[in-house]
Amino acid sequence: MDNDTIVTKVNAALAEEFELEQAALVPDAKIRDDLGLDSLDIVDMVIVLEKAFDFKLQNKESLAAIRTLGDIYTFIGELRDAGTIR
Amino acid sequence: MRRVAITGVGLVSVLGLTRSAVTEALYYGHSGIVSEPERLQHGFRSTLTGRISGFDPGTYLGRKHRKSMPDFAVQAYAAALDALEQACLDVTDMRSERCGLIFGNDSTVLSVLEQRKALEYAGTTTGMGSGHIFRGMNSTISMNLNVLLGNTGPSWTVSAACASGAYAVGQAADQIRLGRLDRVLCGAAQELNWQAVCAFDGLGAFSTHSPAQDASRPFDRERDGLIPSGGAAALVLEEYSLARQRGARILGEILGFGWSADGTSLTVPDQHGLARAMQSALLDAGLTTRDIDLINAHATSTPLGDAAEAANLLAVFGASCPPVMALKSLTGHELWMSGASQLAYVILMAQEGFTAGTRNYEEPGPDTMGIPVLTQRREHPPHVVMNNAAGFGGANACIILEVG
Repeated sequence: MDNDTIVTKVNAALAEEFELEQAALVPDAKIRDDLGLDSLDIVDMVIVLEKAFDFKLQNKESLAAIRTLGDIYTFIGELRDAGTIR
Repeated sequence: MRRVAITGVGLVSVLGLTRSAVTEALYYGHSGIVSEPERLQHGFRSTLTGRISGFDPGTYLGRKHRKSMPDFAVQAYAAALDALEQACLDVTDMRSERCGLIFGNDSTVLSVLEQRKALEYAGTTTGMGSGHIFRGMNSTISMNLNVLLGNTGPSWTVSAACASGAYAVGQAADQIRLGRLDRVLCGAAQELNWQAVCAFDGLGAFSTHSPAQDASRPFDRERDGLIPSGGAAALVLEEYSLARQRGARILGEILGFGWSADGTSLTVPDQHGLARAMQSALLDAGLTTRDIDLINAHATSTPLGDAAEAANLLAVFGASCPPVMALKSLTGHELWMSGASQLAYVILMAQEGFTAGTRNYEEPGPDTMGIPVLTQRREHPPHVVMNNAAGFGGANACIILEVG
């Protein structure tokens, strides 16, 4: 899975779950401040990402450093590189 | 004692989604009851239910908010916005410790079932989704409205079976009369789905009459059970002089509130409990039976319930019982919501200058003789209305309302 596919799939999953405009989905967008997601939304964000990329996140703490949409792309890319997702 | 004005009402009802649509249904006696034959496949005795047509929760709230709300909570939100709009109030006008939210509700069955399904599907609690806990709590209405309206005063949910709505409005009025609050957004809601009422159907309490629109027959000789219904109702109550000062249109005034419990049976109302609530409300209002010109009966169309209400009415009013209107002949039994919605229906009638007739009443049974059921619509509004509510466990409530 290339990086563009990751971006497309992450954006599609978040846009649908949180009814976000595509224009708002830029790498620098802050998940809480710009996209308006709160702590409950983060719970659901993990679920939709797990579904979109067919994986189970074993270590939820690994999300702690995520601040922006770009951080999510990176996080998913690392899971791909580690072979967790294909 | 301070006085309590009603300045706004809102409804999501089987009779309609707007005040004008509901008013029209009340005026022409349109029924909100349908037959859902698929209930037979679930093992139901009765196919009958109230049905809300055309309500789209997505019109009112995005997914972010809806995930923590069952449909009936969204309906309560929609009704609340309508009530505030009629009262010419903005949500920001509710942001004070002197303003409160009190709603009646006594179940959120479907949400709890969905919770279990979500766990089975996900296989882990962290995969269930964030909204289930808030959908499955009985206080889901007041909890969610707090956030949606930015409320900063007290808020709570009242559970008293089919008297929940009346208890909510009665408690709201009491807060204002006692000086604890100046303005309360109150009401009730009732989930409308087969899952919530399957066990109730199993008691043989629901009508199996056909056609559906003729099935709810309060006080009639041929009545054979209630029809479960639902939706949401909201009312804005304000301290009377403050409402006047801000130039609000006063739609009605709550004159008295009474309550009681039978203390006898879970399901069978007795011959005295509701009468004590009615007498208590009269005393609270400083009125006598002669001051009441319309009874807005609880009257669910069950053989035992209507017989008991008839006995209680005759115990209070004797041979001089004023006309008795039974709105559940149109709506079915809105259960937790009905004690609030029936007040809202009276407000709508008064605004339009009529009194609705009772549908499907032809002749009394031996146990409802002497009840002057109002069958034909009157082209003038009621004035001082006694509104009854009663529920499982013998929970009774009575609210006396002045309108018109």
